Formats: sequence, structure tokens, C-alpha cells
Amino acid sequence: MTTAAAKTMTRTWQLLCTRADLVPFSGVAAWVDTTDGPAQVALFYLPGHAQELYAIDHHDPFSGANVIARGIVGDIKGEPVVASPIYKQHFHLTDGQCLEDDSVTLRTWPVSFKGDEVWIEA
Amino acid sequence: MNTAHSEKVQLIIIGNGMVGHHLVEQLVERGATERYAITVFGEERHLAYDRVHLSEYFSGRDAASLALSTADYYAEHGVTLRLAEEVTAIDRDAGEVVTPQGRYPYDRLVLATGSYPFVPPIPGNDRDGCLVYRTLDDLDAIRAAAESATTGVVVGGGLLGLEAANALRGLNLDTAVVEFAPRLMPMQVDHEGGELLREKIEALGVQVLTGRATQEIVDGQASRHRMVFQDDKVLETDLIVFSAGIRPRDELARDSGLEMGERGGVVIDDRCLTSDPAILAVGEVALWNNSIFGLVAPGYQMAKAAAATLLAAFGETEGEAFKGADMSTKLKLLGVDVGSIGDAHGDRTPGARMFRFLDPLKQQYRKLVVSSDGRRLVGAMLVGDNSYYDTLLQYYANRIELPEDPASLILPAGGEAAPALGPDALPETATICSCHNVTKGDVCAAIDAGATDLGAVKGETKASTGCGGCAALLKTLVDHELESRGVEVDKSICEHFAHTRQELYDIVRVEGIKTFSELIEKHGHGLGCDICKPAVASILASCFNEPITDAAHVPLQDTNDTFMANMQKNGTYSVVPRVPGGEITPDKLVVLGQVAQKYALYTKITGGQRIDLFGARLEDLPAIWGELIEAGFETGHAYGKSTRTVKSCVGSTWCRYGVQDSVGMAIQLEHRYKGLRAPHKLKFAVSGCTRECAEAQSKDVGVIATENGWNLYVCGNGGMRPRHAELFATDLSDEELFRYIDRFLMFYIRTADRLQRTSVWRESLEGGLDYLKQVILEDSLGIGEELERQMQAVVDTYECEWAGAISDPEKLKRFRSFVNDSRPDPDIITTSERGQLRPA
Ligand code: SRM
Ligand SMILES: Cc1cc2nc3c(=O)[nH]c(=O)nc-3n(C[C@H](O)[C@H](O)[C@H](O)COP(=O)(O)OP(=O)(O)OC[C@H]3O[C@@H](n4cnc5c(N)ncnc54)[C@H](O)[C@@H]3O)c2cc1C
Ligand code: SF4
Ligand code: FES
Repeated sequence: MTTAAAKTMTRTWQLLCTRADLVPFSGVAAWVDTTDGPAQVALFYLPGHAQELYAIDHHDPFSGANVIARGIVGDIKGEPVVASPIYKQHFHLTDGQCLEDDSVTLRTWPVSFKGDEVWIEA
Repeated sequence: MNTAHSEKVQLIIIGNGMVGHHLVEQLVERGATERYAITVFGEERHLAYDRVHLSEYFSGRDAASLALSTADYYAEHGVTLRLAEEVTAIDRDAGEVVTPQGRYPYDRLVLATGSYPFVPPIPGNDRDGCLVYRTLDDLDAIRAAAESATTGVVVGGGLLGLEAANALRGLNLDTAVVEFAPRLMPMQVDHEGGELLREKIEALGVQVLTGRATQEIVDGQASRHRMVFQDDKVLETDLIVFSAGIRPRDELARDSGLEMGERGGVVIDDRCLTSDPAILAVGEVALWNNSIFGLVAPGYQMAKAAAATLLAAFGETEGEAFKGADMSTKLKLLGVDVGSIGDAHGDRTPGARMFRFLDPLKQQYRKLVVSSDGRRLVGAMLVGDNSYYDTLLQYYANRIELPEDPASLILPAGGEAAPALGPDALPETATICSCHNVTKGDVCAAIDAGATDLGAVKGETKASTGCGGCAALLKTLVDHELESRGVEVDKSICEHFAHTRQELYDIVRVEGIKTFSELIEKHGHGLGCDICKPAVASILASCFNEPITDAAHVPLQDTNDTFMANMQKNGTYSVVPRVPGGEITPDKLVVLGQVAQKYALYTKITGGQRIDLFGARLEDLPAIWGELIEAGFETGHAYGKSTRTVKSCVGSTWCRYGVQDSVGMAIQLEHRYKGLRAPHKLKFAVSGCTRECAEAQSKDVGVIATENGWNLYVCGNGGMRPRHAELFATDLSDEELFRYIDRFLMFYIRTADRLQRTSVWRESLEGGLDYLKQVILEDSLGIGEELERQMQAVVDTYECEWAGAISDPEKLKRFRSFVNDSRPDPDIITTSERGQLRPA
């Protein structure tokens, strides 16, 4: 983890990486300290779109593996989604909702560029 | 029968087989449960199951998936189900049935007891390991007996006998079929057909003995049993399955004095009533017009008639009569097509004239039996190719006037194309599904009532939910009817492109579009998705062969292609270096071992003659590949929809039988086509002689050495739906072989659907194998050279994707587990088993 911060109760903005670490129209994974402890997040970068950056759980609840960042991104009916690379369930990038199973939602975090730096609020 | 509504009439059904269950469904559907209190007795412990597909019990289906219904369904409709309770007598005077558990009163009774396998009265037929093939329990017994057996014999070479033989083969027994008659399937085929069938079945390694009457079965010397035939010849085997015909289970009827047929069967009339009007009979136990119907479709029609009879008792419906049924069948036995329509032998139609077509090379036989005036089809017989069946059946069943030259119906398509009967030509009354008696009119009515796709039509009419034999015809009809109503049958690849894969391929080729973003901008919309992106990635790679690791292509790939390794269930990857033709030097073997040790990888020999290293962490992949490439390995594309392996046998260099250098050819082929991306994966094999140790006939492209060169086979498949490859061209030189494979593969890449293996593509190809031969061998479309050129371009631009990636720091950035931490993912936990690591 980049910051050794212990569990904090309030969300803070943290620096994750730079634009060069991202892969356009695809995902990478990063560690973040969240209010619930350290977590693996998947960062997706859609250059040129209204919202360019998304941060969503890297953990795939269906397979139990940490792989979401390695899924294919696209849209379903205009809403950006990622398909889990293992069993191919789709998740909305905006709110983490699984399209195949109502009861499953991934966590999402606000994330944005500050210049070329990628910052997340967690 | 006039009973007050409050007091229900007691209806007992004996037998919970396919027909007995169908009767219950019919009664429930028509509201007969208002009138009748129904009790069903079944001797088997299982609820009614799909006996027609019984053999699938050996190929992966379990009892639950074969079940036709659930106990809940019975309970929900107030039908009492008493399984594992055999009815032992009918007391007609008292109006009761008797079981070991008690006596039960009935007002009306239905016999649906089916039939039992006939076991010829041969001394020794009751020895341990002498079995039959009728019920789930029978199959369990066969499976158990097969465990300690190496050989098996089926007594009886009819339909069910051959099915049983296939099952024994599937249980890895050396299998033989012993038939009393001089040919196989004497009921369905004639002498020529029987001979052809024998050749085909022997070619599968099943021994066929015809004209053999077994005299006795005694202790064997080398095996458990010895069968002694009429000529004192003997055959030894560990397991015997009797499949010598079926007999109606009519003992209850006989004992209670109902009228019986001379050779068994309970006599029924058109309303399924026996000689006692309180008692009905349906299914294989019933004898109608002196015939027993040993198929499920007539049984279902009897069930319908019986339900109508039972309701007519209340004056609520007109009884519908059972009017006899068609015994036409089409089957695939041991992978061999056999079809029989109407009076296939022509011995029931005075003055009938026959047309015969025999192709000894392709091993196909077809026969037409035509009425004396030459205008109607009265019967037909097919061996080797059932694609003719649907059309012929329609001519027969709907009495459609034959074309001027009836022979054209069975001649191979080619010169003069056979006039296939399109859905248009069928009359409204044409039966589409005989299991559920659904006509073209019923299908059209369902569509007019709002069914807008195949699934809805099936749900509405039940068509194609019985034996499944009508599936192809139903689909063509539904598509045709929808299209003629202006409903567009949507063949778009996904919501982002209103094009099929083939159309996208053509667009990419013609417009020279080299990236997904350009394609979607010009011809689609949105971001794309996990369906169109990999499909387009594959098209682009087949056309231009740019590295899939290039920035423009990276986001299109499935995770396996992105990381050029196969993702495992715990998020780690497997690494499969190419081992062309399966030939590997000791030095390279040592390197594989060292790499596996260093990175703690689980190793396994694959089914594709190479070595798989499992459990590699994402961030270790580049280092692993650095070492492998250093030692001369290349990527094996185990992750891609692309050329996988060319399996080889050792061939003439070592083998005493080999006639060509199969390893050398396999290596050449593997180097030529490695890296080629296609709609689905491609597998090849080369055998050094006809013993076929490389199993080339199960591959997309199979090559078998001959004295004079190479025989080429295409469109085989293992996997979920195995299909034998078909012989495509013979005695080819090396150059001819490459040329035809080039053309064949490029034509497949150009025209197949996404994720369609060559076998499935071949089956959907209009015009079939003959058409494919015309295009590839005779160049009927004039595209031969173009296809070769396109293939050569792919060959010339090949580069090892891993070599490209590890020399490019930008590309290597991708192989980090986390962009802000270099430690591995702590959630990947392994444990040790048999001396190696595996996911915990
Ligand atoms: C490793 C191997 C099994 C083994 O331990 O031997 C294997 C493993 C996988 N097979 Fe296979 N197949 C392997 C040989 C086969 C064979 C045998 C052969 O090639 O001779 C077959 C049947 C032949 C055929 O394909 O016609 C086979 C039929 C399948 C199928 C079913 C294909 C079909 O058309 O029905 C799939 C599923 C698919 O491709 O959609 C599949 C899919 C897979 C996948 C990719 C499933 C997945 O997505 O994780 C497995 C992952 C491989 C990995 O992680 O490395 N595998 N698979 C074999 C690798 C061979 C190699 O050296 O590349
Ligand atoms: C391996 C195999 C493959 C087949 N393939 C095809 C095919 O491709 N196409 C086709 O059309 N047909 C096929 N058939 C035939 C088809 O299965 C039968 O026509 C159909 O099952 C007949 O139904 P039924 O209800 O009359 O008899 P069954 O399904 O045999 O049911 C009769 C039931 O009654 C029970 N019973 C009998 N006596 C009593 C009693 N005294 N008390 C209580 N219960 C009793 C029996 O145990 C049995 O469960 C195949 C059959 C087999 C075995
Ligand atoms: S296929 Fe023929 S040449 Fe090849 S190993 Fe088998 S027997 Fe020998
Ligand atoms: S003919 Fe059997 S399902 Fe239609």
C-alpha cells in the first residue's frame, strides 16, 4: 500500500497513479485505503467520454478472484459496463450493479484526474 | 358413467412411463382432474423419464435431467403418484387393482405398462453380466458390470441393439454386435443398406457378426462368458446385453381375461378401449389394428385419444380417435445416419417401383419407393446421409405430387440440385412435429397469435420438445414465416452493430479498416461490448495480423489474449509454449522443468501433446516467457481462438507401419498456421498411416498418410459434440495439401459465425460437403487464389506475440498486478497435492 494509514472514519482523497499507468478503454488494478480497510480497486479509463474514469471493486464476487480490472469494458444500452473475465457477468461502472443478479453490487468510489494524476476518494 | 360432481370418479393408470405420463399431462391440461381422482402406479423407482434419450445417461445426463416432470407437478394437480409399486393383478369383478401394498378400487383403468426387452431362451442367458437395455436401473447395472470388463457383446443388431453397442463402446469395451438375421437393422434397411451399415460400423471398430444364432452361453476361458453359435463357432466376452426386440407387458391384461392379440398386446379400438369398456390401453402395450407401435409419437397420440375418450364419458368433448401412426424414423446410430420412411421395403405396396442410389466411396445409400403411377412417395430408406429425410418425409406424409423425375430427390446435389421442399411448398396440414402432432397450420397460428421467435413457438405448440427430430425443419419454417410476415429475424452480432460477423468481415476487408474504433465509428455505435470486441479483434487479426498487444487492439481482447495466457479460477494463469507436432528435445524438456521449479508452477501434459504450466502470477509472466524464449520456445496460443496444436503420430521415421513422415508434416503445418486467428480454435493432426494414432479424424483439419501422399479430412470435432471429420481429398502432394488447407481455412474464417467451430459451420453450410468441395477443390467461386494470397499474408507476418511483448517496456506495464504496489495479490493461496501446488 502506498500510504500506511490505518482505518480512518472519514473518506479522504488519495493519489493512486498517473495517466500513463492507465490503459485506454481497459482497466488496471490498484490498492486503496478505504474507510473499511485496504481494498483492491479496478480503474477504467474511457478517454473522450463524458465520464472518463471509474473506480470499482477489483474483487469478483462470483469467482472469488481479484480480476475485475482484467474484464472487457463496453456499454449495454448506453450504460458503461465491465464483463467479469471469469464467468462474464456484467457490472455497471457507475454504480457497480450486476446486470445478471440484482442482489449483487460492487463498491464504487469517486475518482478523477488532477492534471495527469489519478486521485480517488476512499 | 353418471356421477355427482362432488364425488370424483376413481381413475387408475398403471405405468408411469413416457406414454402414461403424457396421458396425465393431457388429462390435467383438459381439466379432467375436476372429474377424476387419478392414481398412477409406477413399478420403477423413478418418475417418468425420457426413455428415447436414455443413452444420454451414459454421456453425461443424470436421472434428474431426463425426468419428464416433477413430483410437485403431480401433487399440484392432485394426482396421486405411487412409485416403486408394481400392480400384480387386476380384479375386474371387484373393480380393483392389486399391489403388494394393498387393493385399490377403480371406476376406469388405463394400462400404460409399455414393453420389456425380449431375452431369447438361450441356456445361460441368466448368467451374471447378462443384461438388458430399457431402464435407468438397467443402465446402472451395465455401467457397474463394465467396470470389471474389457469386452462386451450386444445380441441383436436392430435399432436399440446398435444404440446399446454405442453405449458399450462409450464405456471403453471392445464391442461386438451379434445379429440373427443376415444383416443389421433388418426391419429398416434392405440388403444393400445393411451391408453399407456394416462397413461403416466395422470402421468404427465394432465387430459385426450377422446370421449368427447363439446356442448357449457357458464359462469362457479368456473372458467371463463364451457364446456358442449354431456352427460351433464361439465368441468370448465379459458382458452381454440382450436387445433382441421388445414384447408388450400384457400379463395383467392376459390374466384378467381381456382380449389379446395372437402374438401379444392388448387389443384396443380407435378410442383406446379394450374389450372391457372400463379399461383402456395406450403405448407399447396396446395392439391397434394388429400393430404394436414401438415409438413414442404414436404412444402420445394414443394418450391424446385416451384422454378424449375419458372426457367424452361426461359428454364434454367429442372423442378424437386414434387413426394409426407413421413409423418413419431418422436416427444417428454410432454416428451413422439411418432413415426409414413409410413402406421402406416396398413390400406392402402392390406395383411399387423403386429407385436406388449407391455411392460406395462416400458410403451412402438411398432408396425411394414410389406408387405404381409414379406420382406419390410411399416409402424411402437412407443410409449415410439424413439430410434428404425432411424433404422426403414431407412428400410422403402430405402426399405431395412427386417431381417428374423422382430420382432427382435422392441423387447427390451438384449438377442438378435436388428440389428441396421449402417451407413454402408445404400445405397447411403438413405435420411438422409428429411427436406432438403439430402441423404447419398450428405453427402459423401460434405466430399469428403473437409468438415472435422459435422459443415462443415451441412453448406454444410443444413442437420439437419430444424426440427433437423435427428441430431443423421447425426452425426453417419459423424463420420463413416470420420473415414473410415482415418480422426481421435479427442476425446482428450484438446491439452495437446491425451486421452479422460475416458482414463485418467483408466490411473490414473491402474498406481496409484496421481498428475497432474506426469500424464502430463508421458502422456501429456506442462503446462496443464483450461480444463484438473480441469478434472484431479476431477479424482484424485474420486480415492484417497486427500484434494483438498493440495499443489499438489491447482493449478488445478477452483476458486470455490480453495476457497471452489462460486465466485460471483463482486469477492466476497457465503457460503453454508451442511444441510443434509434439516433438521436443530433451534440452527443451529440461528448461520447462527448470522454469516450472523456479516459479512454483504445476505441470501437466495436455491432451494436445504439449506441456502446460499452471499457477503463474500475472507479474511473473514476462520473466517466465523471457526464460522460455531464451531457450527457443514460442507462444502456443492456448489462449486464442486460433491455431492450437498439430498432433502427430511418430510415423515412418520409427513406426514399422508408417508410410510417410507424419511428424515432419505436422511440424510444417504447425509452423505454417501458428498464430492464425479464426472464429474459433483450430486443431490439426497428422497420422502416418491408416491406423490413425494421431486421431486426425476428430480434428478441424486431419491429415492421414497414404502410399501416394496424404488424405485430407475436414470439419471434425472432439469436445462437447464430437463429429467425425469427412474425407475431403485423397492422395495429395505436399503442395496440394497446403493449397487446399489454405483455401479451406480462409473460406471458414471468411464465412463462419463467431465462436463457430468448423464442424458446426460445416453443418450449417448450405449445399454441404459437396458445395465445400466445389469451392475449395474446383474453385467454383473463382476465389481460390485470393484465399491463398490472404493466407500467405498471415503466414508472412507471423511473429511470436510474447517475443514482441517482452521487448517492449510499454507493453510490459500491463503485467503488473497493481499499478501502485509491486507485491503479489495476497488472496492467491495454494496448497500442495501429489507433490505439486494447486489453488487452495
Ligand atoms: C489444458 C487442456 C486439458 C489438459 O489438461 O489436457 C485443455 C484445457 C482447456 N480447454 Fe480444452 N484443453 C485441452 C485439450 C482439449 C481437447 C483435446 C485435443 O485438443 O486433442 C479438446 C477436444 C478436441 C476439440 O477441441 O475438438 C478440448 C475441448 C475443449 C472445449 C470444447 C470445444 C468444442 O468444440 O466443443 C472447450 C470450450 C471452448 O473452447 O469453448 C475447451 C476449453 C478449454 C479451456 C480453455 C477452458 C477455459 O476457458 O479455461 C481450458 C483451459 C486451458 C488452460 O488453462 O491452459 N476445451 N480441449 C488441453 C490443452 C491442449 C493444448 O495443448 O493446447
Ligand atoms: C434405448 C431406447 C431408445 C429409444 N429410442 C427411441 C427413439 O429414438 N424414438 C422413439 O420414438 N422411440 C424410442 N424408444 C422407444 C420409446 O422409449 C417407447 O416407445 C416409449 O417409452 C413407450 O412408452 P410407454 O409408456 O408405452 O412404455 P414405457 O416408457 O416403457 O413405460 C412403461 C412403464 O410402466 C411400468 N410398468 C409396467 N408394468 C407395470 C405394472 N404392472 N405396475 C406398475 N408399473 C408397471 C414400467 O416399469 C415402465 O416404467 C426407445 C427406447 C429405448 C429403450
Ligand atoms: S498411425 Fe500408423 S504410422 Fe502412425 S504410429 Fe500409428 S501405426 Fe504407426
Ligand atoms: S417429431 Fe419428435 S419432437 Fe417433433
